[in-house]
Amino acid sequence: MTVSLELSDPDASRPFIDAASPEHPSLLDPTHQLDALFGVVNIPNVIWIDEDGVIVRPAEPGWPAVLSTPPESLRRMMAERAKAQAERAAADPTAPKPPNLAALLGGGQDRTTYADAIRDWARNGAASTYALTPDQVIAASQPRGLDQSRAAAHFELANHFWRAGEREAAFRHFDECHRLQPHNWTYKRQAWSLVGNERVGGELGRFTQSPLPGEEADWPFASTFEADLAALEPGQYYPKTL
Amino acid sequence: MLLERLDIDPEAFRAGTGWEIKPEGACKGEVCVPLPGGFGVTTTADRLGMALVHDEAHGIWALGPESLGGRALATAQAPDLVLPDLDGNLFHLSSLRGQKVVIAAWAPY
Repeated sequence: MTVSLELSDPDASRPFIDAASPEHPSLLDPTHQLDALFGVVNIPNVIWIDEDGVIVRPAEPGWPAVLSTPPESLRRMMAERAKAQAERAAADPTAPKPPNLAALLGGGQDRTTYADAIRDWARNGAASTYALTPDQVIAASQPRGLDQSRAAAHFELANHFWRAGEREAAFRHFDECHRLQPHNWTYKRQAWSLVGNERVGGELGRFTQSPLPGEEADWPFASTFEADLAALEPGQYYPKTL
Repeated sequence: MLLERLDIDPEAFRAGTGWEIKPEGACKGEVCVPLPGGFGVTTTADRLGMALVHDEAHGIWALGPESLGGRALATAQAPDLVLPDLDGNLFHLSSLRGQKVVIAAWAPY
């Protein structure tokens, strides 16, 4: 089954679900229950559950066998941003170096073989080399202490206040959530995309997760996608687990 | 879960957190955590490693998920996930018992 982690109304997810016309259950998770219940921290994340309802692989980065190509408009936006950053860097050698997005997003988990691992488990069940024991599943699930629990609580408050139109309260709780669990990318990208969508709108709105040039001072969050991504090493964004 | 007051009953706690209050303690899957002083939101949250965050200005609390053993999963038994589809129909993960399930999380951002 597929689950959309989006707090906005169903129409935000609808075009993608309609385009896929899935035969499997395709659900909406506006409060990011998958994060709290399963330890999902990024999208895409995949969880395997056996016939008895026992998790055999905890949330991890995973992709289908045939990788989709980003829409032309998104590729154009990313290329334009990269070009603008390169021009700024050329004009001002002291400006921070723009991140190599392709290396940061493309490293880590192998995208092309993940579906084969699922197929192996579908055929061989518990005998599959990819099926973990319950103890291994628990140990391989995301780290969670009180800070991460607190981050989830702040996310729930932020989500609640955003929907109630209490923006300042929402921003304050989003920031606290992000500070407490910096490697939870669904909490971050959800928040950034809400503002990006307001400012840019259309097909690319929700993919806008950093301030537009000239609007940096007006960005309501302490973090941006580009700055947080730039702070990572390749392979940390989608950690290799297979 | 969001709370407007802290004197909720065990059923509300179970509905919001997935932890059931039984004679032996707070239980989820095969894991049970003893509650020596009985059930109360703050003491039970403390025993389960759940953060209770208070927004004083709005008079509302949020209870974070358990953090037992330092991991997101306290048990490998899948929780009873119940989510709506595009039309608002609720779907229970447990209705797929007897089949292998792959959950793929995505988002339109």
